[in-house]
Amino acid sequence: MTGPGLVLVVVVAVLFAAGFDLLMQRSLIRIVIGFSLLGHGANLVLLLAGGAAGTPPLLGAKGPGAAVDPFPQAMVLTAIVITFGVTAFLLALAYRSRRLRGGDEVRDDVEDRRICAERHRPGETPRATPLEQENPGPEDGA
Amino acid sequence: MNVLVPLPFVLPLLGAALAMIARRRGAWLRVLGPLAAAGGVAASAALLAAVARDGVLAVQLGGWAAPLGITLVADRLSVLLLVVSGTVLLAVMLHAVGEGAGGTDGHEPGVFYPAYLTLTAGVSLVFLAGDLFNLFVAFEVMLASSYVLMTLTPTGERVRAGMTYTVVSLTSSILFLTSLGLTYAAAGTVNLADLSTRVPELPGATRTALGLLFLVVFGIKGAIVPMHMWLPDSYPVALTKITAVFAALLTKAAVYSLIRVETLVFPREHGSWVMLVLAAATIVIGTLGALTHDDIHRVFSFILVGHIGYMLFGLALFDVAGLTGAILYLVHHIVVQATLFLVSDLIQGHTGETSLHRLGGLVSLSAFISVLFFIPAMSVSGVPPTSGFVAKLALFQAGVASGSVLAYAVTGVAVVGSVLTLMAMSRIWTLGFWRTRPEGAQEPPKSESYTRGGVRLMQSVTTVLVVAGLLIAALAGPLASWSRHAASDLVSGDAYRHAVLDGGKR
Repeated sequence: MTGPGLVLVVVVAVLFAAGFDLLMQRSLIRIVIGFSLLGHGANLVLLLAGGAAGTPPLLGAKGPGAAVDPFPQAMVLTAIVITFGVTAFLLALAYRSRRLRGGDEVRDDVEDRRICAERHRPGETPRATPLEQENPGPEDGA
Repeated sequence: MNVLVPLPFVLPLLGAALAMIARRRGAWLRVLGPLAAAGGVAASAALLAAVARDGVLAVQLGGWAAPLGITLVADRLSVLLLVVSGTVLLAVMLHAVGEGAGGTDGHEPGVFYPAYLTLTAGVSLVFLAGDLFNLFVAFEVMLASSYVLMTLTPTGERVRAGMTYTVVSLTSSILFLTSLGLTYAAAGTVNLADLSTRVPELPGATRTALGLLFLVVFGIKGAIVPMHMWLPDSYPVALTKITAVFAALLTKAAVYSLIRVETLVFPREHGSWVMLVLAAATIVIGTLGALTHDDIHRVFSFILVGHIGYMLFGLALFDVAGLTGAILYLVHHIVVQATLFLVSDLIQGHTGETSLHRLGGLVSLSAFISVLFFIPAMSVSGVPPTSGFVAKLALFQAGVASGSVLAYAVTGVAVVGSVLTLMAMSRIWTLGFWRTRPEGAQEPPKSESYTRGGVRLMQSVTTVLVVAGLLIAALAGPLASWSRHAASDLVSGDAYRHAVLDGGKR
């Protein structure tokens, strides 16, 4: 079994790097795109795990080299279906976030901000932070 | 008897399909949901009896022999967890029936019941999966339905937290898929039993790298420090009953997978210092975090993170005693964590509050709820004679018996962690229950959306779970001997390999 082509290995590296970079952004749409890139990267890794290209793994098929391992391809198919479904869900969530919160940015956690503010004012009862006043009623969701 | 093996996840999945069809009929759903969940529990109990009689059971779905087909395996550890998790899932389902699916501020039974039953199926499949890819699919089934449940009755805050939760879970799933591909590239198989024979032949560096990758994957899913950040941010925001299920089961499914993969595929002679250090960090940071927070749900979420550390501690020792402790702790913690969140749901239903600085005087408001809170709170802190004491005692004994300096140190940390947990629980007790209600707190709103029968059902479900927690302590003897059996099966792995690889050729 010869090793996989260098090109595909480089493609996987680029997909992972770009995917993780996009995942760390605040904009939800970028996160979704980053996730799809990562999904492609992972699927390519699985495909590479099957070894170099060869004859289709069908009975009676003829071609150069030995038949390829069909097992990783079956796994990739399943993984593609899963990432596709989840990407659709992420898009719906991003849309809903835009509808409900009026923006596509990921906000900071209000409770963390409040505890942080509380630490700087010992002895006082916790008050709303500026962020909380901007977005009335986020705590009501709990 | 092998036909029993797939039933714990097939029955809830069937229920989910039927619930989709009946999604507009609330009354049907309220009967169908608990029925399907109860079917799952009954199948798990029958499976437990079968495993007790015949040992490890393996089924090759579709009739393909072991390394190629989809393998389902039921051994002592998985059936025990199936029964316990099924019971908790059924209890929370009944709680949801009492409360109304969407909580007080919305009604979405058509979304809740199918998603919840799919989650049930996913959790059961995680415990049964016999190969890594099937485990991945099981996690996806479980997590995909959890994304839906997380954002049920969406508010702005819930969608924000849901987004964090979804993105973090997906990242770990992608890493899982990548590790799976790398494992296949290295060993040429993803069947766990087959892997356990092939991985020892790999070079040591490859083995270590793969083992660490899986530790990261399940560490993110199981909220092990420093990969825990997402949990206390996202769990408390969901509907409380859903948080109860998530806290009780999702992280435990990851811990179970970690135990399974690390013992079967990457067995070790001695304890793992990486895991011991991570366990100590998890215990300290989780329990300290619980002391700083004001919202009851956040306190419980940090407690959950801290106590994942105890299970990791048991696994990190890599001997029969340590794994026995980890298994006992899993069982105890699944029940007690669900109970705590359900009690907090009752508190919320009673007062409309979860914030400690606005709560107060719950003892005079409802003595019944106070008792229901007190028992699991003592149990999670490990006060005798509760189940938490039994599990912690087993772990501490294992830690001391293992004899290494680091294990002694982590045992010490674990004792401190118990004290910190007790402090966090006493803080809730003092602020929420004992002190008089703070000035200016508004009168508890009489929630009109609950029916009287519903409230009674919710209270009795919580009571049953509290009693179940006490029962774990009462049955500590048989449970410990079952766990010890399961742990020695895990350490040797022969029964598992034999059932999958040799049984499949019959």
